Amino acid sequence: MKSRTSRVVAASAIATLSAAGLAACGESQEASCTNEIINEDATQVSVWAWYPAFDQVVDHFNETHDDVQVCWTNAGQGNDEYTKFSTAIEAGSGAPDVIMLEAEVLSSFTIRDALVDLGGYGVDEIAGNYTEGAWSDVSSGDSVYAVPVDGGPMGMLYRQDILDEYGIAPPATWDEFRTAAEELEAQGAPGVLANFPTNGRAFNQALFAQAGSEPFVYDSSNPQEIGIEVNDDAAGDVLGYWQGLVDDGLVAADDAFTADYNTKLVDGTYAIYLAAAWGPGYLQGLSDTDPDAEWRAAPLPQWDAENPVQVNWGGSTFAVTEQAEDKEASALVAKEIFGNEEAWKIGVEEAALFPLWTPMLESDYFRDLEYEFFGGQKINDEVFLDAAQGYEGFTFSPFQNYAYDQLTEELFEMTEGNKDAEAALDDLQTSLETYAAEQGFTLK
Amino acid sequence: MTTQATELDPETSRRLATSGSLLVRRRQRWGWLFVSPFLLIFALFLIIPLGYAFRMSLFTSTLAAGTEFTGLANYTRAFTDPLFLEGMLRVLAYGAVMIPTQLIIAIVAALVLDTLTSWASKVTRLLIFVPYAVPVVIGALMWSFLYSPRFGPGATIFDAFGLEAPNLLGPDTIFFSLVNIVTWQWAGYYMVVIYAALRSIDPSIYEAARIDGANGLQTALRIKIPMISSSMVMVVTFALIGTLQFFTEPVVMQSIAQGSIDAAYTPNMYAFSLAFSYSQFNYASAIAFSLGILVFIGSFLFLFLTRKQSGLK
Repeated sequence: MKSRTSRVVAASAIATLSAAGLAACGESQEASCTNEIINEDATQVSVWAWYPAFDQVVDHFNETHDDVQVCWTNAGQGNDEYTKFSTAIEAGSGAPDVIMLEAEVLSSFTIRDALVDLGGYGVDEIAGNYTEGAWSDVSSGDSVYAVPVDGGPMGMLYRQDILDEYGIAPPATWDEFRTAAEELEAQGAPGVLANFPTNGRAFNQALFAQAGSEPFVYDSSNPQEIGIEVNDDAAGDVLGYWQGLVDDGLVAADDAFTADYNTKLVDGTYAIYLAAAWGPGYLQGLSDTDPDAEWRAAPLPQWDAENPVQVNWGGSTFAVTEQAEDKEASALVAKEIFGNEEAWKIGVEEAALFPLWTPMLESDYFRDLEYEFFGGQKINDEVFLDAAQGYEGFTFSPFQNYAYDQLTEELFEMTEGNKDAEAALDDLQTSLETYAAEQGFTLK
Repeated sequence: MTTQATELDPETSRRLATSGSLLVRRRQRWGWLFVSPFLLIFALFLIIPLGYAFRMSLFTSTLAAGTEFTGLANYTRAFTDPLFLEGMLRVLAYGAVMIPTQLIIAIVAALVLDTLTSWASKVTRLLIFVPYAVPVVIGALMWSFLYSPRFGPGATIFDAFGLEAPNLLGPDTIFFSLVNIVTWQWAGYYMVVIYAALRSIDPSIYEAARIDGANGLQTALRIKIPMISSSMVMVVTFALIGTLQFFTEPVVMQSIAQGSIDAAYTPNMYAFSLAFSYSQFNYASAIAFSLGILVFIGSFLFLFLTRKQSGLK
């Protein structure tokens, strides 16, 4: 009889233990910070971000704040993080308090009521610390959904040594760009002038925007209505131009962000890298660089040299999620983590970020910074500051990820020779209109 | 107690009978207690999520209009969705090429290894099996480097002959590139299953066959293969289910061949991107369930048709 009882106890103990173990899995959300918490008693705010050297920025914040401490996790870069965030929204728990989001996906999350309107938390007071273009990317009417951090004004990074070898001047317009590509090919260069990736996503979109394409009309204050015109004349002209270059073999059409692409960027296969301000940081992070490479930066080629148009590729923000427990403290983190000079020194020097915070953006320090990678060139002064100043903001769709995937598919069909530029954009238009209608939007 | 047992009135016998079933029931209660940890985990990680997913699939949630109950509308949509149906046809095509290829390699290797007894056969057996021990993601990553037009050996070899290397990641070639990865990974595993079945056959049968004048090939085709048919049915069932749920390899390869492998390349990938890239969790659940139903019907049909061979009558 006794042994029986003990068996019952043992069996139920196993059952209880496994149940307890399972319950514990569900709760172990906290206390997984990558950084050390300096002030244990303070309110903790969890942050997801993937900036390089962000640990130093977090440490700086925690050292200078007694009442709030940041608990940082790197939940993956770009889509990897968004996937996790999206699942957490659907599940109703598991999202961080503060999250790094690229400006282009903000409306995809505001439409799911996942982000807090920071207008009520004193964030609108710091609007003066950002350029108008940057602020318009994070706000809609009176609402502010994120605090801008870094930007991606576009420029042209080129290999001085390669262009010199073939006697080509860095192109200032797209016409010159084509001529340069033709010359390079005519002289039998082993590489090509540049690459036009079909999976460039925001990159392709930015090139269209430079000619005046406005693919979406959308406002978070009226979330059920959307205007779609991805096949406007501007986009058609730009894509037609690139189709010509690809068909004539003057530029490559390799997938971006693959190991092959990374190698080609630095081994001299592409003489020009059309890049955003974070591009230099990306280049320096790649291995197997050509030791003789002489990189220089120049403004992005223009359609009309008289009236230059500046565009943006990428750039990110900090938003506060609806799941944040202490929204006040979370808003404070979003506001202040990159809201001081020390943090930005780390951001600029260690992480090669391009600040949108004007006290840093407009500082002499930033303007006069000499980049060793570019042979001591002051790339901010010569290229990116102008590019950032001219940027007026851009409207993305609330299903940007889908729109980009479709764009990639259509561009691939085009480079494979199955469609011309116009047909590719028309098909894109049809598929996005269908999708928007399926998702319950009213088309403007 | 014994005195009462001598004269049993109906009342007592009824009581005894109930106490007997009470004993059985008590024993059963013990059984339930012992399987309870398993049942708990089974319910928590399979039954409840499945039920939850099915419930989700009955709702439709759109970005602009919110969530509403739509019954089986998602299923109607799934079975008329060209992306889902194309994906389904694609995995069937993969199955038609991949399953026979893997099976033939596995059988030939197993039959050859079965007749050899030298140390070389043991080493060979291990070598054929090794790819299965490589995690699928690592295997796919490794192959994507081999296929790479820049790092891969193909480029070097073709260069040596002054030829241009074929693009193994193009839209026309990606099919066979993927078939190659899966075959490389799984043929060894199936070979081991078949080999184990071959080893369990009584060798005296071979002796009888030899006395009857059968040569090696005849023994293999007429005796060995029929005798291991139940293992073969199992192997094909595994391969069938695996192929219909094709996911990991194309996802890994997608990062280097975006144009050739789109987000709806296989039904599983389609469900994944719907849920996690486009936040259409409801429709994704419906796609996942539809795929599940088709996999179930497919494997059931196959097992039904081969019930004689597998001994599952």
